[in-house]
Parts: sequence; structure tokens; C-alpha cells
Amino acid sequence: MFAYFIRRLFATIPVMGVVALFVFSLLYLSPGDPAAIIAGDIATEEDIAKIRANLGLDQPYLVRFGTWLWALAHGDLGTSIFTNLPVSHLIAQRLEPTVALTLCTLVITIAVAVPVGVLAAWKAGTWVDRAVMGFSVLGFSMPVFVIAYLLIMLFSMQLGWLPVQGYRSVSEGLWPFVSHMILPSVALGIVYMALIARITRATMLEVLAQDYVRTAQAKGLSSNQVLLGHALKNASVPIVTVIGIGIALLISGVVVTETVFAIPGIGRLTVDAILRRDYPIIQAVTLLFSGVYVLINLAVDMSYTFLDPRIRY
Amino acid sequence: MSAVAADIAAPRSVSPTWGRFRDALRRHPTAIFGAVVLLLMMLAAIFAPWLGTVDPQALSMLKRLKPPSADYWFGTDMLGRDVYSRVVYGTRVSLTVGIAVALLSTVLGLAIGMLTGFVRWADAILMRVMDGLMSIPAVLLAISLMALTQASLQNVIFAITLSEVPRVVRLVRSLVLTLREQPFVEAATATGTSIPRTLVRHILPNTIAPLLVQGTYIFASAMITEAILSFIGAGTPPNIPSWGNVMAEARSLFQIAGYLILFPGICLSLTVLAVNLLGDGLRDALDPRLARRM
Repeated sequence: MFAYFIRRLFATIPVMGVVALFVFSLLYLSPGDPAAIIAGDIATEEDIAKIRANLGLDQPYLVRFGTWLWALAHGDLGTSIFTNLPVSHLIAQRLEPTVALTLCTLVITIAVAVPVGVLAAWKAGTWVDRAVMGFSVLGFSMPVFVIAYLLIMLFSMQLGWLPVQGYRSVSEGLWPFVSHMILPSVALGIVYMALIARITRATMLEVLAQDYVRTAQAKGLSSNQVLLGHALKNASVPIVTVIGIGIALLISGVVVTETVFAIPGIGRLTVDAILRRDYPIIQAVTLLFSGVYVLINLAVDMSYTFLDPRIRY
Repeated sequence: MSAVAADIAAPRSVSPTWGRFRDALRRHPTAIFGAVVLLLMMLAAIFAPWLGTVDPQALSMLKRLKPPSADYWFGTDMLGRDVYSRVVYGTRVSLTVGIAVALLSTVLGLAIGMLTGFVRWADAILMRVMDGLMSIPAVLLAISLMALTQASLQNVIFAITLSEVPRVVRLVRSLVLTLREQPFVEAATATGTSIPRTLVRHILPNTIAPLLVQGTYIFASAMITEAILSFIGAGTPPNIPSWGNVMAEARSLFQIAGYLILFPGICLSLTVLAVNLLGDGLRDALDPRLARRM
């Protein structure tokens, strides 16, 4: 099993290699000559050429890719064009709100979607099932920001229960933090909930048709014991897989959600970078989020042996 | 003889088309709803100039931020432009992007997928590239591409297509790998059919149904991605009235002019919902086992 983990870990190298190559190519192809920008307006051709040589910009593509990878391995994500600060520094500053938002969303989503999916499968064919499936299609069909604005209009502007925008750190107190997190997490989580509720229902329907579920019912176990102890446990592998794949939806949504709710996180940093055409930031964020996505799915893959002891490598 | 018998046995309906439609409606009410809404949206897109609209770009400083009224059904924006006209014209952008991305990515994905399913060395390289592209979240992939190029409708379509292609390739590849082992393909190979001919005559027809379903879902998700890109300023250029752009311009105004977000938001969600329902109906009709897009 350990050998499998190691093999699986190595299998992520080509994937991340392709991502790195893609991100570097975008940086390589990005318009504007950094040397000319640094040199300023009154620089001569020779000055620019000298700066270009100093920065290694006159080297061939693969050499520059190597240099870039080497710097990356040392935690150097480049320098922001607009602020002239190291990108890794800017990202570190904005990390906390994004991590908080993602974790809150993950918790709310799983806490809602899995039970709802189980319920829909248990009550298959009834109005409960149809309502869940209906909401799920609707969730797929609305962009994050439309959901976000509808929630703000209802809960913040009409009812006045929750703040409209902004972010409070946990260090400023639990309630301020939670009250600012509820709407963004729900808005961000809706698509994800729709996805997970759907797959939970589908997998549970399959498992509930199995002989051992009938046996469990026949020997007099309660519905809860059958559903949670026998069925959900055996349905966990596909559900966890989709939770892992769905992280991509969550990451894409973070960028938009932080914009709507004025949360000073990495998503907001990205949107500001788009407006300023600050390529190093955009590329670094793309690289970072893709890396997180690959790592999470690696962890999901490895969790299979714990979720289902029949799976051995 | 059997044809005559079938003719006699067939129930006589006053209007066969209507009868068939009613039958379909009973079996797939949501899919028919989706088809009807989509058709209405397409008509709105085609006949936009004749639907009581004015020039969607016409500015009027005197009529800024008017709430919805009899004169301005959806109100006016901060530059005094008629939001109803902008939303109706916006239908064109969303549908164009949705349909173009669906067509392009299925055609590209089909070509690459068939190649990977039949050529071993291409499989190894192309699937690594596809795995890499798939691990970049779709919106971020599109953002990085859009940041490089000039904002234009073609570039938006290209950027979204690139993020959708890997999923189509995966689907086509898995179909081809299964089909390749089927007796009818073996028979074709045994009788000396060339590989290109086998691909076109025997493999291709069997990929159409799943691709049609996948294409519908891509149609839906491409419209959402376009709106997201426009909303964060990395999409359709601001001089084209798209639903995403109308909502993006309302970003700082939503507390005083919520209708600027509400109307295009409802139109977008309704259209995407319609396409999704149509996709679910197609999937049920064509292949009940086909899992929903992940």
C-alpha cells in the first residue's frame, strides 16, 4: 500500500509539469517587455538589452522555463508588475480569508448535501425526492454571483439579519466572523451542494438495491442504522470522489464570491490583477489553485483504502 | 402485410404531430419546458431589433438609473441605457458563446479522443496534457488566457473551449476504448477495413448520442462561464451588451439598483436551466446509464 502511495505521488509530477508549462508559457507570451518597463522612458536600446541580459530574458524558452522552475522550487513566484512586491508575499497576506471561506463552504456543503441526498434516495419517487432534484438542477443553472446578490437582497437588505459585505477575522470575535461568513459560504456552496446531493442520491439508490441492505432490514435494524451504517458507508467512495472533483467548482467560485462580498482574499487579488493586467499574480494564483486541486484529489485517492477496506493496492 | 396491419392497429389521431407532442410532454415535461424556453430565447436573439427595443448602446445622461416602469421595462443603467434592450440583445451573446463552445469543444474533443483511442503513443502524450489542463479550474484557465489577449467574443469562446475540451476527450476516449473491443469493430478489421474508415463508419456513429448529451451540458456551463468572466472583467468586451456585462456594470450599484442584476440574472438562469433540463431529457431518452457530467 505504501508503494502505491509513493507511485501515486509520482504520478502527480507529469500533471503538475503540464500545469507549470502552461502557466510559464502564458507568462512567456504575455505582452509587454518587462525589461523596457524597468528601464523606464529615457533608456536607450543598449540599456534595455543589458537589463534583458541581466534578467535572463534573452535566453531560449527552455532555459527560461528551467530558471523559472528553479526559482519556483525556492518559493519565488515572481514579482507583481503593479505593486513591485513579491507575489508570494501578496498571496500570503490574502491567504486567511480565502482559507476561511473555503473551509466554511466545505463544512456547510457537506453538512447539507449529503443528508439531503440520502433523504432523496430514501424517499425516491416522492415529492421530497423531486424537490431535491429540482433544487439541484436549479443550483447548477445559476451563476454564483446571481445567487450571492439574491441572498444579499433578501437577508441583508430586506430582512437586515446579516451584513451586506466585508470580512472579519476570527480574532475579532466569533459572531462577527460567522455573520460575515454565512452568506458567502452559502452562495459559494450552492453549485457544489447540487453536485454532491445528486451523486449521493444516485450512489445511495444503487446501494439500497443491494442484497445486504435487504438483509439488514430483514433482521430488524432501524432505518437510521440501515441508511447510515450499511448504505452510506458503502456509498462513501463515489461521494468522496465527487467532493474532491468538485473542489474545482469551489475554487472557480471563490474568485467571484470574494468580489461580490468584498472579501480581501486571493480571489479578490486575482480580479484586481486582471484589471491591472498583472500577469505574475494571475499565473501564480492559477498555479497555486491547480496545485491545491491536484493535492486534494491525491488525498481523496489515498482515502479510498480507509473508506473501503476491500480496496487494496 | 405487416405494414398494413400496423396501419390498421395505429390509433387514429386528429393531428399526429400534436399527438406525438402531447405524448412527449407527458413523459418528459421538464425537457419539453426546456426546449420551449430555449426556442423562445433563440427567437428573442434573432428578432431582437423588432421586440420593442431601442439601440442597446444609446446613452442618455438625463435618464440615468430609472427604476423599471412602463417606458423602461427593466429600468435604465448608470449611463441611461435601456436595460430591457441590453438584456434582449444580450441573449445573442450568451447563446452564441454557448452554442459555439459546445460545437467547437465536441468536434475538437472528438478528434483528439479518437486519436488517443487508436494511436498508442499519442495517447500517452495527449492524456498527460489533458490531465494537466483538467487540473486547472475552468474559470482560472479562461482568466489566464483572457489576460493575455484582447477582449473579444472569439477569444472568450476559445478560452472557454480550451477548458471544456479535456472532459470531452476523456469521454470519447473511454467510448472508443470500449467500442474497439466490440465484435463489429473486430469484424471490420478482419475484413480489411482501414483504420480511418473504421473510425468514421463504425466508431463515430456510436459516439454521437453521448456526445449530444455532453454537448448540451457544455452549452449550459459555457453560458455560465461567459457570465462569470464578463462579471469579473475578463470576458466579453464592455462595448458588447452581454448579460454578464450588464451585471458587471451594476457591481457597485446593486444596493440602489438591484434590478440591474435581477433581470439579466433571471434571464441567464432561466436559459441555463432550460438547456440543463433539455440535457437531462436527452440523457434519459438516449442512454439512461450515462452519468451526469462531473
